[in-house]
Amino acid sequence: MSNARDEFVRLQQVTLSYGRGERVVHALGETNLTVGKGDFVALVGPSGCGKSTILKLVTGLLSATTGWVMVAGREVGAEPVRVGMAFQNPTLLPWLSIRDNVMLPLKIVPPFRQEYRAKRKTEFRDRADALLEQVGLKGFADKYPWQLSGGMLQRASLCRALIHDPQLLMLDEPFGALDQFTREELWAVLQDLWMTRRPTVLLVTHDLKEAGYLANRVCVMRARPGHIVEDRHVDLPRPRTIDMTYEPDFVSLTQRLRALIVSARADDPLPAATGEPA
Amino acid sequence: MSPNTRRHLQSAAVIIGFFLFWEAACVLFHVKEIVLPRPSQILVTLWERAPAIWPHTVQTLYTTLVGFALGIVSGVLIGVLIGSSRLAYDVGYPLLVGFSSIPKVAVVPIFVLWFGAGTVPAVLTAMIMSLFPIVVNVATGLATTEPELEDVMKALRATKLDILFNVGLPRAMPYFFASLKVSVTLAFVGTVIAETVASNRGIGNLMMIASSSFDVPLVFAGLLVLALLGVGLYAIFSVIEGRVIGWARRKDDFAMG
Ligand SMILES: Nc1ncnc2c1ncn2[C@@H]1O[C@H](COP(=O)(O)OP(=O)(O)OP(=O)(O)O)[C@@H](O)[C@H]1O
Ligand SMILES: [Mg+2]
Repeated sequence: MSNARDEFVRLQQVTLSYGRGERVVHALGETNLTVGKGDFVALVGPSGCGKSTILKLVTGLLSATTGWVMVAGREVGAEPVRVGMAFQNPTLLPWLSIRDNVMLPLKIVPPFRQEYRAKRKTEFRDRADALLEQVGLKGFADKYPWQLSGGMLQRASLCRALIHDPQLLMLDEPFGALDQFTREELWAVLQDLWMTRRPTVLLVTHDLKEAGYLANRVCVMRARPGHIVEDRHVDLPRPRTIDMTYEPDFVSLTQRLRALIVSARADDPLPAATGEPA
Repeated sequence: MSPNTRRHLQSAAVIIGFFLFWEAACVLFHVKEIVLPRPSQILVTLWERAPAIWPHTVQTLYTTLVGFALGIVSGVLIGVLIGSSRLAYDVGYPLLVGFSSIPKVAVVPIFVLWFGAGTVPAVLTAMIMSLFPIVVNVATGLATTEPELEDVMKALRATKLDILFNVGLPRAMPYFFASLKVSVTLAFVGTVIAETVASNRGIGNLMMIASSSFDVPLVFAGLLVLALLGVGLYAIFSVIEGRVIGWARRKDDFAMG
């Protein structure tokens, strides 16, 4: 689908091992993955199959053992790409108000950081408030993290990941700790944010419905060592709704994904118990 | 009466009760003044000899505060170094532990050798006594940054200094202030040890001279002055702590009610 010109992320024959010698863990076997600019890709698979590892490779937090990780046409890290990240744990700073938490990336990422002192009380403040309003946190900007519920914190954490208009958005089970209803609400929020700003998104999730609802493509992974076994397009119109997830097409998609993961797990009943031959 | 007022009254009653018990025990068992003076005698001595005690008090307080200030500055610097660099941690920590297990009395003569008797050895002893808790707490505070938060910062291409100033140091603040309360009392101990061994001024010296002339009430008056100074500084740093890092406690208060 995505031609070479608008591809944004490319993993080419990438492998990754943690540790060395006796203790080596082959987290990722040879993996190829291409993500188009502005695309939304979900990674699913059994625990320990290397999903978080892929996110870390793409953000440059880890460097590949072999192979190439290209972002925006250059080797990762060679060119500054604005990246936003959010995790299952919101990790907001308890001593800052929600607004200041959301503005944190502006303090760090160029070109915003040069203007931070001058604009934090005016333009950046409005920018944060507008984003908070978009995720339904209007009026909470001056509160502190301990005054908000888990779902609200996760909304704020999404805002922090998006405030600096990242070209690349990395989400590692962002809604994993939330109840079903809050989660579904946040799917709509995230879809809305994605449709208005069009970052390239990599989403790791254990919830297949979440993957199908949000992503344009779902990649199923398998462990020992981690690799991608299936790459599915989700051809549902946008904006998607929760009702769509009960339609036969969608249900058969999630069932198919589920079967793949179940078989991946069956081949590998105790992921942690067996060691790879070094 | 609010539960808080009651708690304060209760603790005050117990403290006063302790001194009354002491007084009564001394009277009942005819304890000699030279063994253990009564609290009332100590207070009287303190009052009558205040003009003589006062300059020593000022000297001790001054020495302690200077030593403590130096301890804070060097403690924070060392703590930041150890907490943010793997190499500094591996090298610095064993050194620090070894150093802190040396009894400080043993170090005073060395300082005297280097700097001569007087204020300087006392300042230095106060400094090294207060150093260790500050270093350990600052380093711990820096090391407790969540790995995920660090990933977020690194993905933003934050420099080490960005992470230190925006995440590490604020996170270490509660640990830092908790250590100040402990350290300030240790600084006192350091000052008094040095004054006792090698100085002709300060409460430590006063007590040494008083005890060699068997002026036991004066010795106890000196102890009382030290205790009061210690409690006072502890209280001051507790209040500062509460003001500066309320965020670290609010969560608990919130959960309780
Ligand atoms: N720092 C590390 N050192 C050694 N091994 C690691 C490290 N991080 C991950 N691994 C191993 O690499 C493999 C892949 O880890 P990864 O975190 O990418 O899995 P995951 O797919 O995100 O799992 P989960 O769904 O449970 O989050 C696992 O087998 C794990 O044990
Ligand atoms: Mg993971």
